[in-house]
Amino acid sequence: MTLKALAQSLGITLKYLFSKPVTVPYPDAPVALKPRFHGRHVLTRHPNGLEKCIGCSLCAAACPAYAIYVEPAENDPENPVSAGERYAKVYEINMLRCIFCGLCEEACPTGAIVLGYDFEMADYQYSDLIYGKEDMLVDVMGTKPQRREAKMTGKAVKPGYVVPYVRPELEGFRAPTEGGKK
Amino acid sequence: MNYPLDPYWVVALKALLVVIGLLTAFAFMTLIERRLLARFQIRLGPNRVGPSGLLQPVADAIKSIFKEDLVVEKADRVLFVLAPLIGVVFALLAFGAIPFGPPGSFFGYQPWVLNLDLGLLYLFAVSEMAIYGIFLAGWASGSKYSLLGSLRSSASLISYELGLGIALLAPVLLVGSLNLQDIVNWQKENGWLFLYAFPAFLVYAIAALAEAARTPFDLPEAEQELVGGYHTEYSSIKWALFQMTEYIHFITASALIPTLFLGGWTMPFLEVPYLWMFLKIAFFLFLFIWIRATWFRLRYDQLLRFGWGFLFPVALVWFLITALVVALGLPRSYLLYLSALSFLVLLAGLFYSPKPVRKGGGA
Repeated sequence: MTLKALAQSLGITLKYLFSKPVTVPYPDAPVALKPRFHGRHVLTRHPNGLEKCIGCSLCAAACPAYAIYVEPAENDPENPVSAGERYAKVYEINMLRCIFCGLCEEACPTGAIVLGYDFEMADYQYSDLIYGKEDMLVDVMGTKPQRREAKMTGKAVKPGYVVPYVRPELEGFRAPTEGGKK
Repeated sequence: MNYPLDPYWVVALKALLVVIGLLTAFAFMTLIERRLLARFQIRLGPNRVGPSGLLQPVADAIKSIFKEDLVVEKADRVLFVLAPLIGVVFALLAFGAIPFGPPGSFFGYQPWVLNLDLGLLYLFAVSEMAIYGIFLAGWASGSKYSLLGSLRSSASLISYELGLGIALLAPVLLVGSLNLQDIVNWQKENGWLFLYAFPAFLVYAIAALAEAARTPFDLPEAEQELVGGYHTEYSSIKWALFQMTEYIHFITASALIPTLFLGGWTMPFLEVPYLWMFLKIAFFLFLFIWIRATWFRLRYDQLLRFGWGFLFPVALVWFLITALVVALGLPRSYLLYLSALSFLVLLAGLFYSPKPVRKGGGA
């Protein structure tokens, strides 16, 4: 320990005093997520609007936490819901059990279920943490509590994250990207 | 020097102002220190309560008042309660003697509470009484950690008091008065005292850090070794009183260094009453926080060795030199040259940096 070292160390801290803090003031400012972040699941659609999910239950079989419940039904040929023979009449994920490992995404033969970015799912009741189809289809923005709040305040859902770009698997999912592009 | 005395009610009012001012300053210093330390560590610091965290001190106060006030079973109840009060009262007393502006500049009254011919001695006596607060707290707690912490603080405070006191003798000899107003006036006429007594200034600044138990010398609260030091067993408002004592010592030290060595409220140009004094205090507060953000804590033996083996001899040698110059009636410019020389020695020490030598025992 020399006087020089002491003086130099003062210089180092002074330099940091005038540099920008690295803290992300999270609820006020969005968190920067990576494009492959594992967040709330998204059920994607084909460009023609048909659901990709064919109700095969492979995701439920792959799920290590037994968090997924799928109940398939036959498509009406006149007015199909999905692109295949059958579609998922009920598609539920228990977010309390889900460990966001992404195995469902890997198991899916049609690329219907993709892990998205939403992570602010904290809620008051168990029943509210079971997400159905209506909570996970691509056009839905935000999580259940976020949408509930948006409904109450009359404001749009404000996600707490931002991503550099939306990965192509999340076809049609509108996530806030850096630079404001949607 | 004699200045017209203020009526008693003005003195009482000023005393009240000083107390309120110091307590407010304490509250906001905690916030400022936390925010500054955070910025030094590239964090944001507390910014949730009120606009940019400005109401944090209020929240802290409410919290510390309503926390459970524990008194441990083995504690000596009377002294346990008395110790923090002693600390705070004597810390508050010290500030009154410091002049903040030219005589008669406080709405026609004097900008100080006390004008004592014994000024410096009074400050010493009062700020030393704070050791009783610390020591009694450690003793009355009936806890090993508290006792060890208080022993440490008392030993380091008493050791550094020597360097501090002898460093002060140089300016006192030059000015020929213990009165703080006289010291400031002398500096107004003859130039700031750090020019005449640079080593004494350095020793005083370092020892003042130790007196306020600030970072390189903050052994009393070395959490890693002593849990909480002398206030381990204290909680709630009593603990807050100890924090208060510490911060008031810190503020007083930051006000005393400029008063004694940097011309107090005076400035060679653009003299605005109060402004320069407050700026100088703010500078030293910032410097001490900066040091806290940067340097590490000394080991206990290093602390004592530094105090006795370096600060004390340097202060003593400079005191003897000053005494020689004053006693033989030599021109004061000799002291200026010697001060400049010591400054050069310090600079040389900054640029001369040998590889650290490792001796046995990890010294």
